[in-house]
Amino acid sequence: MEKLKYALFTGCTAKQSTPEQMMSTMAVAEKLGIELIELTEASCCGASHLQDYDDFLSLVLNARNIAYAEKHDLTMVTICNTCQLNTAMTKHRLDNNADLKAKVNEKLAEVGLEYKGTSKVTHFLYAIIDDIGLDKIKEMVVTPLSQFNIAPFYGCHNIRPSELQNESHDKAENPYNPTSLDDLIIACGGKNVDYDEKNKCCGFHAELQAPKTAATLTGNAIAGAMDGNADWMVTPCPLCHLKLDTQTHHASEAIGREVALPVLHMQQMLGLALGCDQSTLGMKHHLTKVDFV
Amino acid sequence: MNLKLELTKRKKELMSTHKITTQKVNFKVFRFNADEDYLPYYEDYSMDVTSEEVVLDILNRIKWDHDGSFSYRRSCRHGICGACAIKVNGRSTLACKESMTTMIEYFGNEMTIEPLSTKRAIKDMIIDKGDFWKKHEAATPYVVDEIDETPELENLLSPAEADALNDADLCIQCGACHYACPVVEINEDFMGPAAFAAAYRFEADVRDGDESRLTDVNQMGSGVWDCVKCFECAEVCPKDVNPIEKIGQLHNMLFQSGKAESNVATRHAVGFEKSIKKNGVLDEGGLVLYSEMAGIVKHVPVALKMFSKGKIVPPWGITKSQNLDEIQKLVKSSTTAKF
Repeated sequence: MEKLKYALFTGCTAKQSTPEQMMSTMAVAEKLGIELIELTEASCCGASHLQDYDDFLSLVLNARNIAYAEKHDLTMVTICNTCQLNTAMTKHRLDNNADLKAKVNEKLAEVGLEYKGTSKVTHFLYAIIDDIGLDKIKEMVVTPLSQFNIAPFYGCHNIRPSELQNESHDKAENPYNPTSLDDLIIACGGKNVDYDEKNKCCGFHAELQAPKTAATLTGNAIAGAMDGNADWMVTPCPLCHLKLDTQTHHASEAIGREVALPVLHMQQMLGLALGCDQSTLGMKHHLTKVDFV
Repeated sequence: MNLKLELTKRKKELMSTHKITTQKVNFKVFRFNADEDYLPYYEDYSMDVTSEEVVLDILNRIKWDHDGSFSYRRSCRHGICGACAIKVNGRSTLACKESMTTMIEYFGNEMTIEPLSTKRAIKDMIIDKGDFWKKHEAATPYVVDEIDETPELENLLSPAEADALNDADLCIQCGACHYACPVVEINEDFMGPAAFAAAYRFEADVRDGDESRLTDVNQMGSGVWDCVKCFECAEVCPKDVNPIEKIGQLHNMLFQSGKAESNVATRHAVGFEKSIKKNGVLDEGGLVLYSEMAGIVKHVPVALKMFSKGKIVPPWGITKSQNLDEIQKLVKSSTTAKF
């Protein structure tokens, strides 16, 4: 098989508040034999907040990011659900509206770029499931996580709006009964925990303006996983990770119950199962101690 | 061939290719009578469901074949009155429009049927929707205009002006999005996605002259800024109104109209542009500082812990985007908003 190669849009968080996510992405890619070309020219995706201020500017900037992936003639992979949403949403809107695409390209022409719509945009989780396959991943597991009950936390922007799902990967995820992360847990040898909050919101995007709402949602999510007898949680989204890992104090206060669980990035879980050196997975950067490795 | 014969032929063709399938589904149905019951309970029903049925057919069959006291709202049967919204496995659903085939695809053959909000249940599927209507009313959901009492002409919208409503006028007030919204569930003051979609619908109407609607929805604690951006509302809307898109458009309108006050939410949105202009990427710490101003102190305890774990990069340590000049040029030439 030809070596898999993707254009990597890291997003901002992987370079700042979740360094462990960047480390584990690179470690896992190496184990899986994936070549990642980092899009160092990319700007922030706007995180759906720039979109609130200036929608057109956010389209131009995201189209510019995709244009760089197109230059490499590669699929763009994202490692953050919100980067995935904003990039895939831009692609969806431009590919379905010739006038809007022309307006955006008028701006991009000022810097010598063009958005063509030739590169697919997909989250790393779906890239490996689609292009490597769960069976192959299962074969590659050297340390099965068989002693763990693992609670998947999907993160809104990978599963909703579902219309983007159909464009981003082979088998569209059912937003009410998502399976990709559960399947990955099982492929890694772990036991997947089923709980009501696994496809719900962590509250991240309202953390500053509505702290109580945000903390309650975080608390409910961790509590749901704990009540499902989870040993730890796993998520493909660094923003969910930040909420679930660093905000346990506020979350506990909001729901009136002490909640905390180790939360792993999807890449860290996979890295453990594939036998990556633990120093390359960055568990020391977590606030809620990862006490089982 | 005449048209009638042609249609009969086509109908026969369709009937021969379209196979109706049947499968067994087990339903757990929420039952509660506020006049008699101390607590709600669930009743089990097992039924053979055909691929042609909608959720409302199941509600009807429970009432007609099993228990005549089973209560639910229904009226038009055509997805327009908005009366029959309920929840199937926690998902808001307009019962008369939702095919059981889709429900089986989503949830398999075990289904829980509940009212839109169990805590607001009056009898079985019937809820007190008072909170919904109160919030909807607060959005001033009508055109405000000084008009002649005996107009000689209708005040019509042009097709382009009607397009600007962006399908917000399709809302049937069924409440599916309102009771799917996790913020409505937590914060009783939050107006909710349907009320915001209504506010957008009339703000976007060129005939409207209301001065206060946009300011009314621009409140902290109850207004558009408390949306968590989970897209639950867009996912459940039976009319594809896409309420979260309208929430985003209300945010845009607030900035465009100059009605966006400086607060933590508006500065958070604007802060992204500032950061991108400076670094291409986000300066996470800088964004929180710009958004919170003096309120930054409450983040200090967690920030210190994050710093000790190598999770905070100081402004001078940020790796800026390559070709930053391109980004800066685009920010300058493509910006349409002001703050």
